[in-house]
Amino acid sequence: MKFKIKIWRQKNAKAKGKFVTYDIDNISADTSFLEMLDILNDKLISEGKEPVAFDHDCREGICGMCSLYINGEAHGPDTLVTTCQLHMRKFKDGQTITVEPWRSAGFPVVKDLVVNRGAFDKILQSGGFISVNTGGAQDANVIPISKKDADESMDAAACVGCGACVATCKNGSAMLFVAARVSSLAKLPQGKVEGAARAKAMVAKMDELGFGACTNTGACQAECPKGISISHIARLNREFLTAKLRD
Amino acid sequence: MSEKLISKIPEGTLAEKWTNHKAAIKVVSPANKRKLDIIVVGTGLGGASAAATLGELGYNVKIFCISDSPRRAHSIAAQGGINAAKNYQNDNDSVWRLFYDTIKGGDYRAREANVYRLAQVSNGIIDQCVAQGVPFARDYGGQLDNRSFGGAQVSRTFYARGQTGQQLLLGAYASLNRQIAKGSVKSFSRHEMLDLVLVNGKARGIIARNLVTGEIERHGAHAVVLATGGYGNVYFLSTNAMNSNGSAAIQCYRKGAFFGNPCFAQIHPTCIPKHGDQQSKLTLMSESLRNDGRIWVPKKLEDVKRLKAGTLKASHIPESERDYYLERRYPAFGNLVPRDVASRAAKERCDAGYGVNNTGLAVFLDFSSAIQRLGKKVIEQRYGNLFQMYEKITDVNPYEEPMMIYPAIHYTMGGIWVDYNLMTTVPGLYAIGEANFSDHGGNRLGASALMQGLADGYFILPYTIGDYLSAEIQSPKVDTGLPEFAEAEKAVQEKINRLMNIKGKRTVDSIHKELGNIMWEYAGMARNANGLKIALEEIEKLKNEFWKNVYVSGTTDEFNQELEKALRLADNFEIARLIVLDAQNRFESCGGHLREEMQTEDGEAKRDDEKFMYVSTWEYKGENALPEQHKEPLKYEFVKVATRNYKD
Amino acid sequence: MNNVFTSSIGKKLIMSITGACLVLFLLFHMAMNLVAIIKPEWYDSVCAFLGVNWYAVIATLVLAGGFGLHILFALILTLYNRKARGSNRYSTTAVPKQVSWASQNMFVIGLIVALGLLLHFSQFWYKMQFAELMGNHEVTLGEATVSPTSGSAFIAYYFSNILFVVVYLVWLAALWFHISHGFWSALQTTGWNNEIWLPRLKFAAKIFATLICLGFAAVIVTFYVKSLLDCC
Repeated sequence: MKFKIKIWRQKNAKAKGKFVTYDIDNISADTSFLEMLDILNDKLISEGKEPVAFDHDCREGICGMCSLYINGEAHGPDTLVTTCQLHMRKFKDGQTITVEPWRSAGFPVVKDLVVNRGAFDKILQSGGFISVNTGGAQDANVIPISKKDADESMDAAACVGCGACVATCKNGSAMLFVAARVSSLAKLPQGKVEGAARAKAMVAKMDELGFGACTNTGACQAECPKGISISHIARLNREFLTAKLRD
Repeated sequence: MSEKLISKIPEGTLAEKWTNHKAAIKVVSPANKRKLDIIVVGTGLGGASAAATLGELGYNVKIFCISDSPRRAHSIAAQGGINAAKNYQNDNDSVWRLFYDTIKGGDYRAREANVYRLAQVSNGIIDQCVAQGVPFARDYGGQLDNRSFGGAQVSRTFYARGQTGQQLLLGAYASLNRQIAKGSVKSFSRHEMLDLVLVNGKARGIIARNLVTGEIERHGAHAVVLATGGYGNVYFLSTNAMNSNGSAAIQCYRKGAFFGNPCFAQIHPTCIPKHGDQQSKLTLMSESLRNDGRIWVPKKLEDVKRLKAGTLKASHIPESERDYYLERRYPAFGNLVPRDVASRAAKERCDAGYGVNNTGLAVFLDFSSAIQRLGKKVIEQRYGNLFQMYEKITDVNPYEEPMMIYPAIHYTMGGIWVDYNLMTTVPGLYAIGEANFSDHGGNRLGASALMQGLADGYFILPYTIGDYLSAEIQSPKVDTGLPEFAEAEKAVQEKINRLMNIKGKRTVDSIHKELGNIMWEYAGMARNANGLKIALEEIEKLKNEFWKNVYVSGTTDEFNQELEKALRLADNFEIARLIVLDAQNRFESCGGHLREEMQTEDGEAKRDDEKFMYVSTWEYKGENALPEQHKEPLKYEFVKVATRNYKD
Repeated sequence: MNNVFTSSIGKKLIMSITGACLVLFLLFHMAMNLVAIIKPEWYDSVCAFLGVNWYAVIATLVLAGGFGLHILFALILTLYNRKARGSNRYSTTAVPKQVSWASQNMFVIGLIVALGLLLHFSQFWYKMQFAELMGNHEVTLGEATVSPTSGSAFIAYYFSNILFVVVYLVWLAALWFHISHGFWSALQTTGWNNEIWLPRLKFAAKIFATLICLGFAAVIVTFYVKSLLDCC
């Protein structure tokens, strides 16, 4: 297969970026999208050109490191995958593929397709934990947790922190990311203790860092590689508003 | 035995050792902890849990990770589960049984005392994780659920769907975040350790490169903890993440830390087979699949031919024509034999010509009988995300056609040598998790890596490091202006400049792939004297080629992924050499290390306890000199050493 | 309640509450209008009952306040969200199938609804309740002069004109889109939602929006048809 790859090139955070189009040929349909970029980079390097910088690590859809807005969709045209799990068989031979970095005020570009998602760490640092020190925890089976609650908590906990939700949201909102963490902990008895404080702190931090407000379009849910539902956003709203009402 | 190789194993019965040791070692008062700095490199399960716990204790901790967030560490990709001797299933599990299975699974090449301690603290890990909000799978009564893993006849593996590593890491990362918010831990993401700094023979800091700006930074501390994982990426194609590397470990090795058992690399039996030359990595399919999946190849070579030609579908081959070779060879454990055994058996069948895909390097992992027995829904609940992952990669629906799998490099049991306190041969330098050599011997059992990483980080290192630091309470803050730091920084700078100035013709990846091919061919699943000799020569040649002909694009003062890769590859040659030298030395088949010369008549591995019941460690003697070997003999006082038997 | 409205969720809460009030008003308004189909005189008495009586004036003020807040916070949130989106825009975007068009364009649809409202106010409210408030007991309607409370006369007058019929139907269509998203979105924002109810509420929103808009449209169409029958 061959493709025209139109890629966003930007030297660093301060530089102005632009699109550059490259031709690439002899790509097997079983090649993953990132392997295609590897091949492109190999070609660029051998031509003495600067390779395209892009984030990637585990290449099996769990570390959340890879990003990329491909042909107008976060993580490309396939559903329930991260970019590293996207394969070239999802594209047509000869197609032009536009590749952009996540674009959001909360995620400034570092270089080319690499963005800084440090804001996510900051949000979690503000309250995305249960305050328990190592040692001294009681036996794990002392508090039974219904399978339904554990499953629902796990649904939300599947978030890989890739940032597709923010990237795809027309409001640059991080609500699905925040909701996933708040909701996952809110469904567990261990997490309920700090539930109110957590919801307030994390929402405040999210606002402070310049993420937008949710308008319930559901685009985040549609693009989330882990299929996390916006019903968790409803739970976050509930947690937050009831916490605020009590203040 | 070198005078440096003192394992410091405490006296007493197995069960008393850790308790006695904890009572004997010194502690640091809260007022003094505030004055002590600790650097933790790596933020996987080991690093994150250690940094969080050390922060809770009151030390000043600095953590370093190469990714944009601590949460990206490759522990996140562990799928199947974590072992603990809870005996919640009432199947007669116990600390002893977990200990025994681990020692036996490791083919009697691990220390009894370390492994027993691991089994002892395993239960605390589960308690800790549940308290942190890790959503482990539960049964309908709300109690924790378990599944079985290879090498065990009990169900002791706790899991969170197929994302156990992710959930455990998010738990440790959450604890870490709490400490970062409190200010006790300072996080340096997108930073890579490029050297260890010794002052008066003690580890006193690191040189790190800020991967965004390219700046070379000096960081001082009273102790350094290495938690950088394994070195499987030497093989290029492995289940490791693309950025996982053994570079930091090699820097420590060059500064005097002995490297233990480098030849013990684990080959995981259930990975998605390689599809072509452009492939960048191999994807693991969790061992948990072997709970319900059955491994087979056709009995008849003509069926194999028709499969390859695409004229026959696997699902159309009748039961009677299938060779469930693991069940045939190992009736007692069946599909749940340990990883090394399952991998070798797959290789044996493929070598005999029964490989089922067009490269001849694949076997089937079949769920049809489980789907018939339990229904598709149950299978979907148990493995849904793994099945989805498989389908996305291969475009084959595993509910209808069996999965194709083949072994791939997965984990490295070898690593930096540590004593019972997890301290390396460099005073003040600790190694935890996969980065050390300690607990898995020649082969690691499934669901034990997560257990070890968290055991080291939560429960062992935070105690043992106090013993060393109690003698450091008078040491002032480490001055990074010391000549030792300047020297190390200069060396790093020179190395980088040298790489940038080669301006040759070859890309870093092309050389890395070539190195991987050499390693997989000669030091992969089966090794022999001749092959290892060739490997050593080839590695040397390739290393010269690298230093003469590599091309590193870009500049040093910017985000430069090519430079990152080149620096890691430069260290990979050293690891590759260590693996081969160690494999040459170990003339026995043991765990993940199979010497073709040492096999029984029916193709089982032949161990040589007389000659090789020791930890083989290597001391760096300079770039061009051969490393010196030191041996730590292994004494088995409590278990009876026997040939591993998974047949009955 | 400390500072709830300064948070992003708090601002959305205002949108939800005011939106819900407006929707309730529409329901009431629509029900009232339907009376005009049954018997125009009854409708006139409803208009007279409301008129400038104190309860109607207070309700109008509350409604106006709610409406003002709804628009104000829509503006604030839209600007806030544009800033969060960043200065660099995507060159290509593909909206996922599951995302409704209305949800992506609530602000623009809202603007259309507000513009339609201006027309509606100038034609009805200005000459009815407002005129009464000003103390006028007679207003001109085309060539005729009518009482501000004879609502049916207004309906009959404007909806005999095909231009207004079309404009009002377009306006109702915009309203349909706005409500079809706003209805469940308001519940979602206040936290009244979960995995099971999400699809149900989305469905209910469409049913509700359709009922409201059909109710209004029925009056318009009926009166237009009547006007055609009358002149022939």
